Amino acid sequence: MKIHEYQAKEIFKAAGIPVPRERPATSPKEALAAAEEIGLPVMVKAQVLVGGRGKAGGVKKAGSLEQVESTAGQILGMTIKGLPVRKVLVAECVDIKAEYYVGIIVDRASRLPVLMASAAGGVEIEQVARESPEKILKCQVDTGVGLLGFQARDIGMAMFRDAALARDFAGIANRLYRVFVEQDCSLIEINPLVRLGDGKLLALDAKINFDDNALFRHTTHEGLRDMGAEEPKEVEAKQAGLSYIKLDGNVGCVVNGAGLAMATMDLIKRYGGEPANFLDVGGSSSPEKMVTAMKIILGDRNVRAILVNIFGGITRCDDIAAGLVQAAQQGAIGVPVVARLTGTNAERARELLTGSKVTPAATMSEAVRKAVALAGGAR
Amino acid sequence: MSILVDKETRVIVQGITGRDGAFHARAMKEYGTGIVGGVTPGKGGQVVGGIPVFDSVAEAVRETGADASIIFVPAVFATDALYEAIAADLGLVVCVAEGMPTLDVVRVLGYARGRRTRILGPNCPGVISPGKAELGIMPAASFRPGCVGVVSRSGTLTYELASHTGEFGQSTVVGIGGDPVIGTNFIDCLAMFERDPETRAIVLVGEIGGTDEERAAEFVKANVTKPVFGFIAGQTAPPGKRMGHAGAIISGGSGTAEEKVRAFAAAGIDVLHEPGELTDRLKARL
Repeated sequence: MKIHEYQAKEIFKAAGIPVPRERPATSPKEALAAAEEIGLPVMVKAQVLVGGRGKAGGVKKAGSLEQVESTAGQILGMTIKGLPVRKVLVAECVDIKAEYYVGIIVDRASRLPVLMASAAGGVEIEQVARESPEKILKCQVDTGVGLLGFQARDIGMAMFRDAALARDFAGIANRLYRVFVEQDCSLIEINPLVRLGDGKLLALDAKINFDDNALFRHTTHEGLRDMGAEEPKEVEAKQAGLSYIKLDGNVGCVVNGAGLAMATMDLIKRYGGEPANFLDVGGSSSPEKMVTAMKIILGDRNVRAILVNIFGGITRCDDIAAGLVQAAQQGAIGVPVVARLTGTNAERARELLTGSKVTPAATMSEAVRKAVALAGGAR
Repeated sequence: MSILVDKETRVIVQGITGRDGAFHARAMKEYGTGIVGGVTPGKGGQVVGGIPVFDSVAEAVRETGADASIIFVPAVFATDALYEAIAADLGLVVCVAEGMPTLDVVRVLGYARGRRTRILGPNCPGVISPGKAELGIMPAASFRPGCVGVVSRSGTLTYELASHTGEFGQSTVVGIGGDPVIGTNFIDCLAMFERDPETRAIVLVGEIGGTDEERAAEFVKANVTKPVFGFIAGQTAPPGKRMGHAGAIISGGSGTAEEKVRAFAAAGIDVLHEPGELTDRLKARL
């Protein structure tokens, strides 16, 4: 789960990480009031849960109160990478001498949290990692003892070549690690961390992603969720215990298991079609879940055919078949359906589907070929 | 031979009195797995499907001589169940639970470092050595004894690939799990398959996210003499979206299917473009 910059900054502030004076605003009027309090000039920054907002014109400087109002109005009307901007952050302009990067993730290879820092701040760290990995300083953290003083100091010295700055950096890194662990983050990032004219360090931007699996033990996190940033159908699917992601093609898919679902999408593409979605019905599926899955897919107007690919294990094929029959009874399924059902209770599933309009298929390849043809053929 | 589990493995089921635990304990026992006990704190003395229940892992190990466990408790309790199994010095612990907080898994694996327990999972379907034993939730009827080792980050996609081994069957099928941080990775399994005399070929089933496949490819190039076949799911997955599995995400342009396929090909791994190709490729190589 991602949260906005202004929310992450509030967490930073509470943890003692220095941030600029700033306030979020949802209207030009609020932005004006914020600017009056903070003092001119100010930066007006779009609050959206995607990267690249600066390039999209979502971050602008305003030197007068009139400019604050007009700039806020303009940014609040923007859509950045498909996401409407509903809030801006009004922040003091600071005297930036240099930009750095510092962040923490869990490294999948070493299975440990890793602190990363770089003197190449302000740009996308992934780009730095690809093009000049030697510019990124790293240290692994033993969760038993936490981030050690010398580890953060060493990175600080390598980055700043100055003992006082290194000490300041170590303080920020330690607080960052504490937030990372206490709040169960999957990513925490200051990009850029800036050095000011007076020699102090400050978190100019902030990014926090929470581990979805740990939300249950952080009662306040759910309140930080921006529902407007989530695809409504993906939310509906999640509530029904399904995992759904919308894509742009015309072959709808219902599959059990994430890996098989991805492989099914890939095969559709290989046979010249385009998948309309990713949908994993999950392990213990019921006819009701299947009905919901069909409704969600049929709500996508691009869909010309539906492919059901089930390798039954815990998932029972007869549950899937019963769901298909129920969905057809509850409302006309206006597009052809191809079903490949194998594994647990596949025989019973076949009986249930006898006499229905569902086109059977014996293998995954056969099912995909038929579905692509029924959707209008290869492109 | 086979890897990880066989007829000699003595297994306890943690969470045996729960719905899933009871169901799968019976299924595994019927398959022939040496299920010798179950653990549910507070329910010691009960019997589930002919299997005695104990209050703690330590007690179950003392009474039954178990050397492996499978955990069927919900994600919220799985962390403690894992610590308990590691503390009891079991050789193998399979954790099926989906949805464990990543930092919990990091701490558990830290605790296990330097001890003797191998952890499979979390969020995995387990392991089966067809005809011998199963520690997991895979549909046993979909497998047959044979000589192909299969290792995968997925569940049903693993069954799909295994079903295409045809006459060759499988020595052992391992689901390592779809989470970003897991106890046993591709390299661990590749090393075991390479040493296992019964395994004549290996199928590696990967997906988008992370770099485990790339590191596995390097290992294959340097250390594996048996034919290796590779399949990667997620060519059509959009970047930045989590594809069901917590670990299946392309982030910052890394972890793509293309990179993994390229790494496989560069390491001499026979890349499959669809699961159905496996049968003929095995015939050609074995």
